[in-house]
Amino acid sequence: MSASYDRGTIEDLGRWREFSAGMWAWLFHKVTGWILIGYLFTHIAVLSTAMSGESVYNETLGGLEGLLLVRFLEVGLLAVAVFHILNGVRLLLVDLGVGLDRQAAAFYVALVVTGLIAIASVPTFLAGVTL
Amino acid sequence: MSSTPSDDTETVHSDDDPAVASVRPEAGMADPSEAERVTPDLDDEETATMRVFRYDPDVPERAEPHYDEFVIPTHEGMTVLDALIYARDTYDSSLTFRHSCQQAVCGSDALFVQGAQRLACRTQLSALGDPIQIDPLPHKPVEKDLVVDMSDFYDQMEAIEPYFDPDETPADDLEEQRQSPENREKIKLSTRCIQCGACQSSCNVAAGDNEYLGPAAINKAYRFVMDEREGAERRKTRLEIVEDEHGVWRCQTQFSCTDVCPKDIPLTEHIQALKREGVKDDLKFWE
Ligand code: SF4
Ligand code: FES
Repeated sequence: MSASYDRGTIEDLGRWREFSAGMWAWLFHKVTGWILIGYLFTHIAVLSTAMSGESVYNETLGGLEGLLLVRFLEVGLLAVAVFHILNGVRLLLVDLGVGLDRQAAAFYVALVVTGLIAIASVPTFLAGVTL
Repeated sequence: MSSTPSDDTETVHSDDDPAVASVRPEAGMADPSEAERVTPDLDDEETATMRVFRYDPDVPERAEPHYDEFVIPTHEGMTVLDALIYARDTYDSSLTFRHSCQQAVCGSDALFVQGAQRLACRTQLSALGDPIQIDPLPHKPVEKDLVVDMSDFYDQMEAIEPYFDPDETPADDLEEQRQSPENREKIKLSTRCIQCGACQSSCNVAAGDNEYLGPAAINKAYRFVMDEREGAERRKTRLEIVEDEHGVWRCQTQFSCTDVCPKDIPLTEHIQALKREGVKDDLKFWE
């Protein structure tokens, strides 16, 4: 046989428009999982300032909370965590063979609930924490 | 390649090209049974435009992957496969694709049509927009035009030892080996597979790991694991095969396979069922 043509990953990524619900759920689950792992390390780093004393810890947290950007990021973090949890429940049901024919609907429900919770959290997060 | 710019596209039929007359069909030339429908003047006909992936390593002009466009006169009930056959027989005899039964039984004409893996013979042109983009199955090396190398798929099917293998066979060769109606019902959908490879081609996990058994092979394993006529020993070895590191646990429930299977086999469900069987089996440590 002569040469064959391997279309490669780039072409694959170009197909995102054709993804269906299960595929988006898979992608979002991966991405949110990685974000949560990244956050966990940042979280530990911030908390570990407590080892340098009370005032350093309070200043670090207060300083971060003072930044509007951080408060926006917190809304995002909540959305990421909520989606990951809800989709985790969806995956658990899939593993157990429950409601497999409604997996797409379950994904949309997870998205909507995530959106609602994130929106509802905006006033609290943007107001910041007064120490 | 799905985003190949239009200047790569060679329009085979174009109304303002005088040379086109030579590729216009003569009445009845494409398919004698459709003689009345195929008229020389396409302007009076309903037409569809197909954008077909072309690649031929043996012909220098076609060695660079590109798309060709074919304008096809359509008729009610026309399928993508009919259109491809028309294009090949009328415009370009070098256009290469696989097909056989034309009735969704042989599984040889799975293609990537308008963004999804489909059987060309089962896909109505009327259900698609225009132009109709036709690519070879993704995640497989292209041999020529729409023909892909299916070796990985066949290797995976082979790996699950897809043969009915009961522990005991009746002493009398002519005695039937009966299966209960309930058991038949349980495996019914899994027996429908026509080995078209659409599911495997749609699966990202299979794309990243060509040793992953993939949906079709796991579904075939399900067909045998759940068959009450195979003995406990055989069941155990079958579960060992699907529980291999490239087996069921690779499935990340994308549902792409279930979405594209032309035979509506609930593949993800079957894969999950085998995961559960595997776990149940592993928990029985006293056996
Ligand atoms: S399971 Fe469905 S999509 Fe996969 S090879 Fe069989 S018929 Fe084709
Ligand atoms: S030609 Fe046989 S399945 Fe389509």
